[in-house]
Amino acid sequence: MFIAFSLRDCQPFVHSRGAISHIAAAVLVGEHVPKIIFDQVSKSYGSVEVLPPFDLTLDDGEFTVLVGPSGCGKSTTLRMLAGLETLSGGEIYFDEKPISRLDPKERDLAMVFQDYALYPHMNIAKNMSFALRLARVPKSEIEEKVQRVAKMLNIAHLLDRKPAELSGGQRQRVAMGRALVRDAGTFLFDEPLSNLDAKLRGKMRAELAEMRDTIDKNMVYVTHDQVEAMTLGDRIVVMSDGFIQQQGTPEELFKRPVNKFVAGFIGSPTMNFLDGELTQEGDAMWVRGAGYALPLSPETAADVKNANAKDVTLGLRPSSFVSEGTEGAAIELRVIVSEYLGAQSVLVTRCGEADVLVETQSATPIKSGAVRTFGVLTDEIMIFDKSTGLRL
Amino acid sequence: MQSANVNRVTPYLFLAPAALVMAVALLYPIGYMIYASFLDWNPSQRIGEAEFVGLRNYINLLGDAAFRESFFVTLKFAAVVVSLEMVIGVGLALLLDRNIRGMSVLRTLFILPMMIAPIVVGLMWRYMYHPSVGVFNRTLKSLGLDPIPWLSDGSWAFASVVIADIWQWTPFIFILSLAALQSLPQSAMEAARIDGAMGWQQVLYIKLPLMMPVLIVTLLLRLIDAFKVLEVILVLTNGGPGLSTEILSLRISRTASEFRELGEAAAMSNYLLILLVILTFAMFAYNKAVEARTARLRKAAEEDI
Repeated sequence: MFIAFSLRDCQPFVHSRGAISHIAAAVLVGEHVPKIIFDQVSKSYGSVEVLPPFDLTLDDGEFTVLVGPSGCGKSTTLRMLAGLETLSGGEIYFDEKPISRLDPKERDLAMVFQDYALYPHMNIAKNMSFALRLARVPKSEIEEKVQRVAKMLNIAHLLDRKPAELSGGQRQRVAMGRALVRDAGTFLFDEPLSNLDAKLRGKMRAELAEMRDTIDKNMVYVTHDQVEAMTLGDRIVVMSDGFIQQQGTPEELFKRPVNKFVAGFIGSPTMNFLDGELTQEGDAMWVRGAGYALPLSPETAADVKNANAKDVTLGLRPSSFVSEGTEGAAIELRVIVSEYLGAQSVLVTRCGEADVLVETQSATPIKSGAVRTFGVLTDEIMIFDKSTGLRL
Repeated sequence: MQSANVNRVTPYLFLAPAALVMAVALLYPIGYMIYASFLDWNPSQRIGEAEFVGLRNYINLLGDAAFRESFFVTLKFAAVVVSLEMVIGVGLALLLDRNIRGMSVLRTLFILPMMIAPIVVGLMWRYMYHPSVGVFNRTLKSLGLDPIPWLSDGSWAFASVVIADIWQWTPFIFILSLAALQSLPQSAMEAARIDGAMGWQQVLYIKLPLMMPVLIVTLLLRLIDAFKVLEVILVLTNGGPGLSTEILSLRISRTASEFRELGEAAAMSNYLLILLVILTFAMFAYNKAVEARTARLRKAAEEDI
């Protein structure tokens, strides 16, 4: 099922046993980790409501990813949690304790910013220890913590430098280190990898994923990149236009999206959508549209029957196609472009008027312009109500 | 070969008119002044009739207690006004760096004093400082307090000119500091809040250090200006009482017009010029150092990726 992203995802890096994960065990010990509850939280700027009231519960120790296109309200949600934005309504609780009127410093959290937000006038050691120095932690303890985190993040040799003297990746590590040095109960990440180049991003993503497994803290991570969301999140919250579309494990979101938005947002290459019509033919239910006719699996048919919809959108993941003759129902597609990705290829094909992406093994090269018949795994077919976008 | 030479000459040809204007408008007067400082010259003579005395004017000035006093007053004035203006200006900027309704109107009001001609500022303050009809002493009187000899007592007079200068020039530092504050990286400030820095800690540990480059340039600009101040003091005290407020530019003007010693006045101007050139070079050197440092850091970062 996950081949779809692993394709785009595989970065050509040698993955040294993740530096960050070791810190996890070493640095972050036994602080209380609260359960975070958003209760009817809303946010408006003047008369513009960017976030209508919503509820959201993040279990303690969970790695939660807020994901969605830009402007969906994910960053605002995170910033309200951090205390950088006020709430327009509702309340945020850490366990039973309301926190929306507390200063950021009273919320026991650490944050990694998109642009790293390092203090340009302080060297790396000073940057990392700023919070501890403000909290009047004894010097020897600060020294020890900074050294330990720096060593594990591979930035120990940079402690005397200023941020301007570091490369993007190093700055990113320092920002991470600055958060990790503090034994906060909750870690917030605001698109921390989006300023890195693709290779570094893949490397850091893998290290973060390892950290997730070893740190027993709340992690709330905002990104617009669904690959990051899928690889990092214990739970993913998909947001769009200020609304929470769906939340669940990566697998739930991939296999059982509640609507067309989530289905299209999660997964890479993205899901194909084709207009269609449901028809009952004998015992079987069929979906038919321009250039195709596919039978539904009994389970899907049962789900669809109750909904009583006729005009629908058919959703097909590029990974749901197989070479003809092996299994599944047949569909005839004209290949427009073949994108060679190595072991696999993504074919841009045409079905009626619509473009359809198909993932295939590169072993069988396909010429552009060829008309080919592919098999479709019918139990992976998704049917959405055309007007509401909800999955049936 | 021929055309190559022509090509090389062409830019200078185009630059020549500008160079000529600059030579006439800028270098000639300065050269004239420097030359005059070596002469024993009074205004009834043509410059050619004046006697060349070499460095005598400069040497005489060094031994002249009144000049030394005046030089000292200038230094004291510049140091006091610029320090106070920096503190008040930066303080105001820190206080007003927020979204208040009508902030743009407030900002304009704040910088009004800067736009008033110095001579007008001098006259305004002179009437306010007036011993009997001035607003300060009348207020003191109505409160049952003794009047203050604002301009007639040596130390009060110095304080009075300092106050007037602060009133006029604090806004300069205020707007530059405010601009600096508002261009600070917002996320660093937010990071500081998350790290637990409260109001004054943010100012002390984050805002002021980040504003420092702008503050240093502002300070030097103000210092250069303060050394040249003339009109306000001329109108307020004319240097008195005694020599208590006689700053250098005032003494230069009096040496030339009252004492009719053009050569000596020119020499004094040159002393002031040397001081200002040193300050200006300090500013250039600072800018260069900052640029060099940034370049070096960037290079180091790029090599290190």
